[in-house]
Amino acid sequence: MSLKVKKDTGVQTDHPSGADLLVDVLVKENVDTIFGYPGGAVLPIYDAFHRKKAPFTHILTRHEQGAVHAAEGYARVSGKPGVVFATSGPGATNLVTGITDAMIDSLPLVVFTGQVAKGVIGTDAFQEADVVGITTPITKYNYQVNDIRDLPRIVKEAFHIATTGRPGPVVIDIPKNIVTEFADKSEEYDDKVDLPGYQPTIYPNPLQVTKLVEALKVAKRPLVLAGAGVLFANATEELRKFVEKYQLPITTTLLGLGGFPGNHPLFLGMAGMHGTYAANTAISECDLLINFGSRFDDRLTGNTKYFAPDAKIAHVDIDPAEISKNIETDIPLVCDAKEALKALLDFEIDMPGHEEWNRQLARYKEEKPLWYEKPDELVSPQWLIEKIYEMTNGEAIVTTDVGQHQMWVAQYYKFKKPNRFVTSGGLGTMGFGLPAAIGAQIAKPDELVISIVGDAGFQMTSQELAVIRERNLPIKVIIVNNSALGMVRQWQELFYEKRYSESLLTFNPDFIKLAESYDIPAMLIDSEEKAESMLKEALNSDGPVLIDCRIPQEECVYPMVAPGKGLQQMVGVEKTK
Amino acid sequence: MRRIITATVQNRSGVLNRITGMLTKRQFNIESITVGSSEKEGLSKMTFVIDVSDPQKLEQLTKQLNKQIDVIKVQDITDKAHVVRELALIKVAGVRQQHAEIQSVIAPFRASIVDVSKDSLIIQVTGKPDKIDALIELLKAYGIKELTRTGVTAFLRGHQPQVTEMNSASI
Repeated sequence: MSLKVKKDTGVQTDHPSGADLLVDVLVKENVDTIFGYPGGAVLPIYDAFHRKKAPFTHILTRHEQGAVHAAEGYARVSGKPGVVFATSGPGATNLVTGITDAMIDSLPLVVFTGQVAKGVIGTDAFQEADVVGITTPITKYNYQVNDIRDLPRIVKEAFHIATTGRPGPVVIDIPKNIVTEFADKSEEYDDKVDLPGYQPTIYPNPLQVTKLVEALKVAKRPLVLAGAGVLFANATEELRKFVEKYQLPITTTLLGLGGFPGNHPLFLGMAGMHGTYAANTAISECDLLINFGSRFDDRLTGNTKYFAPDAKIAHVDIDPAEISKNIETDIPLVCDAKEALKALLDFEIDMPGHEEWNRQLARYKEEKPLWYEKPDELVSPQWLIEKIYEMTNGEAIVTTDVGQHQMWVAQYYKFKKPNRFVTSGGLGTMGFGLPAAIGAQIAKPDELVISIVGDAGFQMTSQELAVIRERNLPIKVIIVNNSALGMVRQWQELFYEKRYSESLLTFNPDFIKLAESYDIPAMLIDSEEKAESMLKEALNSDGPVLIDCRIPQEECVYPMVAPGKGLQQMVGVEKTK
Repeated sequence: MRRIITATVQNRSGVLNRITGMLTKRQFNIESITVGSSEKEGLSKMTFVIDVSDPQKLEQLTKQLNKQIDVIKVQDITDKAHVVRELALIKVAGVRQQHAEIQSVIAPFRASIVDVSKDSLIIQVTGKPDKIDALIELLKAYGIKELTRTGVTAFLRGHQPQVTEMNSASI
């Protein structure tokens, strides 16, 4: 494509406007998709997209929150940074939830926000908001462009910071005058960045590797915990080799699901608040815990006082600030998870043998598996997820919101491959799943993308159905409908003596008609008999489908570790009725 | 425990906001903070005095500071040989007849009177925070009308003894 500005704008080729410059650098960063929403302060940028026939696709979501969650979904499955554009003021503030979500789940985003012109910044101008101030605590880094000459350097740095080390969102706030001004000449786009304060450690300290090897030599009850860091490092192959080589039992965090095959005999299931008995008991009883790329989040650890009380803790994390933040660490490895695993694979470790430990855990798995009861009417949500798992062979891309349906997916959809589970982990954002599915489907057009959401969360971003139709994205939206804010209702049942304060939805729209109004085929599943054939039909269809699947309101997620309790105190491990 | 932490940072817009925001978010209690230019153009020096409850939190503090993109170097100099200085301006009530007396009070502190008016005078004092505390205590007898302190700025000494007996509590 030509980088020249058209003659009729009266602009010399070597004097590009800020907007032209911006399009050029986005092209140099190999951006293929932008999720965004135009507005006053970004009009010149959107004009440049149009005028220069920019070689990337712009996805016009119906709300800025949809754009940023879509970018997160795109980043999660593609490994590339998600790029977002929004205008100043409300456009920018609508992004705040998604930026925070990306920050806490370490997703690489580069977010561009418009800003009022420099001359009126600070005068409470129309659609002015202090975006740099607002986004400082929720970004890995942020910028305001104060000089057109800085624009290429800032964009280069932003992509570098977002995608390296521990990934995260970077915001670039661009005052309107910057994009309408003209540069002296085509600014050089340097290939290098100069950030002396930012040098992520990639390779492990050999001394710490040796320490871990020594610890493995005496471990009788070793356990591996894998987090999202394994996925970001593309280290799933190395992880499987390492775990199989020494026959180590393994569990994952919520965001680590897919980092190890969910149907592997050494896999104990997810650990944490709604983890399996085998995984949580393994953590409570192990004598060496090797954490690859998880940040010991409180939903994983439960009460930290009781977390892995007998274990030596080894923690592999690219972010040194995570070491000993929540759980005191004996062996810290600050590095990329892949490099740590490669270094470990170079050793031939003579382990004392832990067959009895493995047998014990296998017994836990067999004797105390996840369980559920089929209801007399409507559909069992756990059964529903199991069916979807079977029908898709555990290989679909699945997105969720937060809450009960999310936990059922985590428990019953045994992800076999990495980067297939797109969920809001740390922030727990309702309304994430549907737009995230849009981003995921755009990143992987030939893969099956299923968005499993709750009826409450779905209504927070349901306007994005328009994008699904407009782009003809063959996403299967499955609403796990209990006419409630399910997890809120569950906590009220268990911890607030069944006082269901504002958690029951006494009115829901007709989701079938809603889908039809977006010209999306929809079906109601309200019994198990109908479910199997309808699911099959939906999953095999070429285009988008929405399913309203009715489940009993009183269904709870078990097992559960109550807040403040240790993992070993989990309840609902077995049927009590 | 009170810790003196110094940081060398890139002088980019918003850097102070980013750092103080992080300290607030992570619930660190800043007693004082000073920022100024350094020997290198584009680099600034920050000095924090922060009350930290335990060693684990202290480790978090230095790690979180180091994690900031603009931060180039972080040092906890509390337990090392260091020079720490603060400046205070103290406006004290006092008529002319009292000047000589006040002068004799501040002399051992090597403080000086930098402004005099009909019924008050301004005293400037530089030194370690505990020295300034002591002088303020003495001047209270005359009635302190206004007081401002800069917060401390600090350096490592050029020579570091093998074993240091610096008392971290008294900075």
